[in-house]
Order: sequence, then structure tokens, then C-alpha cells
Amino acid sequence: MNYIGIDIGSTASKVCILKEGEAPMFKVLPTGWNSKITAGIIREELEKLEGGLSACKTIATGYGRISVEYADSVVTEITCHGRGGYEMIGRDCTIIDIGGQDTKYIDVKGGRTVDFLMNDKCAAGTGKFIEVMANRLGLTIDELFDLARHGNPLPISSLCTVFAESEVINYMGEGREREDIAAGVIDSVALKVATLVQRKALQDTVIVTGGLSGNEFFASVLSGKLGRTVIPMPDGRYAGAYGAALIAKERDR
Amino acid sequence: MADNQKMWGDLGMNLEMHDQLCAVLPGAIGDVFMSQENRPEHMDYFDMVLADVHGLRPAELVEFREKGGKVFGTFCAYVPDEVIIAAGGIATGLCAGSQFWVPGGERYLPANTCPLIKAMLGARFDRTCPFYRLADIYIGETTCDGKKKAYEILGTDVPMHVMDLPQMKRPKDLKKWAEEIKDLLAIAEDLTGNKVTPEKLAEKIKVINAKRAALQRLYDLRKNEKAPISGTDTLLISQIAYYDDPERFTKMVNILCDELDQRVADGVDVAPGAKRILLSGTPMAIPNWKMHNIVETSGAVVVCEETCTGTRYFENQVDESGETLDDMIQNIADRYMGINCACFTPNEGRFDDVIRLAKEYKVDGVIDINLKFCQTYDIEGYTLEQRLNEAGIKVLGIETDYTDSDASQIKTRVEAFVETLA
Repeated sequence: MNYIGIDIGSTASKVCILKEGEAPMFKVLPTGWNSKITAGIIREELEKLEGGLSACKTIATGYGRISVEYADSVVTEITCHGRGGYEMIGRDCTIIDIGGQDTKYIDVKGGRTVDFLMNDKCAAGTGKFIEVMANRLGLTIDELFDLARHGNPLPISSLCTVFAESEVINYMGEGREREDIAAGVIDSVALKVATLVQRKALQDTVIVTGGLSGNEFFASVLSGKLGRTVIPMPDGRYAGAYGAALIAKERDR
Repeated sequence: MADNQKMWGDLGMNLEMHDQLCAVLPGAIGDVFMSQENRPEHMDYFDMVLADVHGLRPAELVEFREKGGKVFGTFCAYVPDEVIIAAGGIATGLCAGSQFWVPGGERYLPANTCPLIKAMLGARFDRTCPFYRLADIYIGETTCDGKKKAYEILGTDVPMHVMDLPQMKRPKDLKKWAEEIKDLLAIAEDLTGNKVTPEKLAEKIKVINAKRAALQRLYDLRKNEKAPISGTDTLLISQIAYYDDPERFTKMVNILCDELDQRVADGVDVAPGAKRILLSGTPMAIPNWKMHNIVETSGAVVVCEETCTGTRYFENQVDESGETLDDMIQNIADRYMGINCACFTPNEGRFDDVIRLAKEYKVDGVIDINLKFCQTYDIEGYTLEQRLNEAGIKVLGIETDYTDSDASQIKTRVEAFVETLA
């Protein structure tokens, strides 16, 4: 039996294939404009596996989870990230998941999500914020991070992405250094994430999952804001899909 | 329905705009209520009232006014209906639970005002609610700054009396609230031309006590492990409580409860396997069924509401032993000041209430709802969450408004919360 986790996020769709006795396999593809089409592409891939779809137990998660019509069940991304993140680090932890359209705090004990918090209907402190600012500066996200490492952060205080963009435009108009603006953008995201998660108690182990999970620079900036070490997870973007696959496996017993 | 159109026209309503509101109601009723399985038969009365919400009761109010009767529009669980009906008036809630009225209110109010207050002004000034047209006077209360200021604007278009609700609960505040109720009684006497006698007030105290007792009976039935009725259906009943004829309403709730007694005996469960949820927080005025609908389609069932459209409306009775008008008024004041609204400081009683209700109704978790920009409940949510954590009760805080724009995000959170309760 293959255990499949499919995480249809707002920006990227992640798939985890779990076979008995093997390391998990991860795949990623852009979600695009139609989650159903994306789910169909994934289905074609799964049918190529030995035994086809009928040899798969599948759990869908992420905001597009209802579009995966062939899934055996759906579980929210919060529970899945908790399960997957726990498996990746191997101990109780606080997970900070930075997604394309939201940021989550997830408190995990024994692999189970015991508490969580999400930001409120706003792009502040999410991947979308970084994307918007990178576009404004004419950079890719990777380039933005590369520049930010060498800059002195300029303050970007607005909580609203649209207004924050105006602040960036002002800095551009003043002729400020691009690396300083880039550093300001990253600093601002980290500050907003820290403000959100500090409403709750943090465990000794804090990890980052989601699109920025492998980014050591971001983890170090966030560590500074939280006053404790935040561990970047290289495969952290797959935490949701991995968790879904693990739950599929557990439910099969 | 043709008669309704004539009535609405005579009431000076904006018919074209009101038709838009009427057009969406059947679909909403179908999605929220009729889609539920295994509903009690005697929900039929409440379904009927809802289906013709702007027709049935308004027609009664029109008839009442044609005979010289006076209608008092109210907005809050603190306004004592006993006094109004003792003077021969009718008290009707002026609900403000639809996004439909919000843009109308935004013409007058700052963007960061709660949707309830915006809808209140929109319903009045857009002329799209018959109840707002039928009230001869509005009775407001100082339960928040937003309402206080909005009443000043409403008062430019309709006679308005604002009751000064104290914000603390010391003995002198209870006395002051009794004075405010005495003022309301004088205003009601003046407007209706009827004298309130001790006999009359004693009789009406019993009428409203009976109404509260019926609602308490309904809620007690929800304490059963097997839910005999959904939270969505119960919410509708609580909403109708604000504007239906009190004696008929009491009778209908009791008839429903007889059926629910039988359901409990038969072991009927409208939500087998669902997690039991207590909703606490801000009021849900008709037709705001958003949170109940989300929760009850996410593997959970709402078994109690600690809201103004829930326990805050009916818990505790007015002592019926008063003999003089003054005694009765003080007894009324004492009962209403027992309501624990976030406009009071300190408000320890509310934390105790939520924890007590969570235990009484054997809930798996609490969802604390805050209507966007309701500052008092929002700030109080922090302490409430701490108290619940200390008591070992899981809680999820949700801030929302009347729009559907955040429905899928909220559904994700509620589903995740339910998963943590598994």
C-alpha cells in the first residue's frame, strides 16, 4: 500500500508518497489557477505508481483540499503540518508555518496538534508579502533574500501589505539602497510573525515549515525577534503533505 | 405576498431595495436550515415565522397600531420588556444581523464600527426593514460607545430614548438601574396613555418569566449527551424570541420541548459523533447564522450559546414576590443587572458563567466569537481564554463579520479545532 499526502496550498501543491520501509518521496508543483486541474495532474502521477490509485490511501489537505475528489479523506493543513513537522524534527515542538496566504502557530505534543493560531485574513507576515515586495523591487524571492543579508533593515511598520508597499515605494523614491529595503522587508515579516506567535507559549524547540522553511537567513532573523533559536527545516515545505501521508497510514491500521 | 407589498409600501419602505433582500432569503433558509437532517417537527412554527419574517409579525404590529397601540423598538437584552408590555405596548427587537444593511450604515459611521451597529443604521435609513418603520420609539442603552454615538444619529430620524446602563455592579449601580427602569416606565405610560398598576406589572413579570423558563427548558434539553436539536435551529428560536408575541412564543417553545422530551426518551441524536461546542461572545442577530452553520458542518454541534441570543437573554428570573411598583422595579433591575456583558468592569461573572456552562453542557470545547470591532468582547477574550485554559477547557477565538469572505478560512480553523478535540 502507498500512503499519499496531497497538500494543495495557495501557491504550491506538495505531494508526499510514503511506501512501507522507504524514505518519503516529495514532489512539488505550482497550484496554478485551478486546484481541480492541479489535483488531476497529481492523479495522473499517482496512477503511474505500482498498483495505481487503488493501491493508494490518500489524504488531501491545504486550502484546495476539497478539490482532490479522489482522496479518501480530508484533514486540515493545521493538523497535517503538526504531524509532519513533528516527524521531521522528532520531538515535541512549536511549528511556525509561513504559507503563501497565511501564517500559523502550531503547538505539537506527541505528534498531535494541541493548540494553534492563524493570522487574520491578512497578507502581513506571509509569503505573499515577500512576493509583493520582491516584485516591487524587481527581484526574485531568492534575490531579495541574497540582498537582504547584506543590508541594514529600514523600518517598514505598516501592518497592511498595500500600505507597506507604499512605504517601500517611498524608500525607493528617496533613493535608499536596495539591500537596506530588502532587509527591511524580511525584518518586517519576521517581526509580524513573532508578534503573532508570541500571543502563545513557545516550546523549547521551534521549527519553521512552509515556503520559507529552508531559509537559514530568515530563521536567524526570526530567532532574533523571538529570543530563541528557530530551526529551519530543509524539507519543511512538505510538512503538510508528509503529515497527511502519515495520518493516512495511521488511519489504515 | 401581494398584501405584504402593499403593507411595506404603506410603511414608506424602499420596495425595490427591499425586494433584493427578500430574494436572497429563501436560498439562505434552504442552505442553512432545510439542509439539516432529522429536524424536530415543531420547528415548523419557527420556520414559518422566518419564511415570512417581514410579513407575519409586522402585519400584527400594523393592526395593533391601527387600534392605537404603541410599538417600542429595542436593541439589547438589558431592556426589560416587562415594563413596556405592562403599559400595554409591544416590545420588538430591532435586529441588525445582515450584511445587506452594512453599506447603508457605512454612509454614516466610521469603517471601524461593528457590523451590528452599521446594520442598525442601514436598516433604518435605507428603509428596508418593516420593524424599523413600525416602532413608534426606539429604546437604546449605553452598552458600548459605538451604539451610544449611533443612537444620536438614529435620533435625528425617529424618537429615541437611551437608558443609561451602569458599567459597574455596585449596590448604587443597581439602584441607578432601577431609576432608569422607572424612567422607561414613565415614558411607556406617557406614550401609550396607560397607567401601569402593580397588578399589571406583576402579571407581565410572570409572562416574561414564563418565556425565560421556556427557553431554559429548551436549553436544558440540549444538555443531553444525544443532541435532540441542532444549535442552528436553537439559534433561530433565540432570535425570534426578540420580536415574537411573548405568550404565543412561550407556548410554541413549550410544544417544541414536549417533542424534544420524547426525542430524548427515544435517544434521537441530530449529530451523532459530533463534538460538543459552546459558543461564547457577541450576539448573533437574525439572519446571522454564519458561525453555527460553519461549526455544524465541520463535525461539531453547538449545544449552548453564552451570548445575548443565548443564555444571557434568559438565565435568571425576576423575583415575583414584589408587591409595590418600587419593589417590582428593583426586582426587575436586579435580574437584568445579573446579565454579564463585556461592557461591565470588572466582569468576573462572565468568566464564571462560561466555565459553568461548559461543564453543565459537557462541551468538548469553546469557540469564542467576536464581531469585528467589538472592542469590549475582543479585549475580554484574552482573559476568557486564560481562564478556560486554567480550567482545562479548549478554546478557539474567532473574529468575524457578516460577510462570507472569510467563511472558508474560518471553516479551516474550526475543522482544525475539532481535529484537536478528537
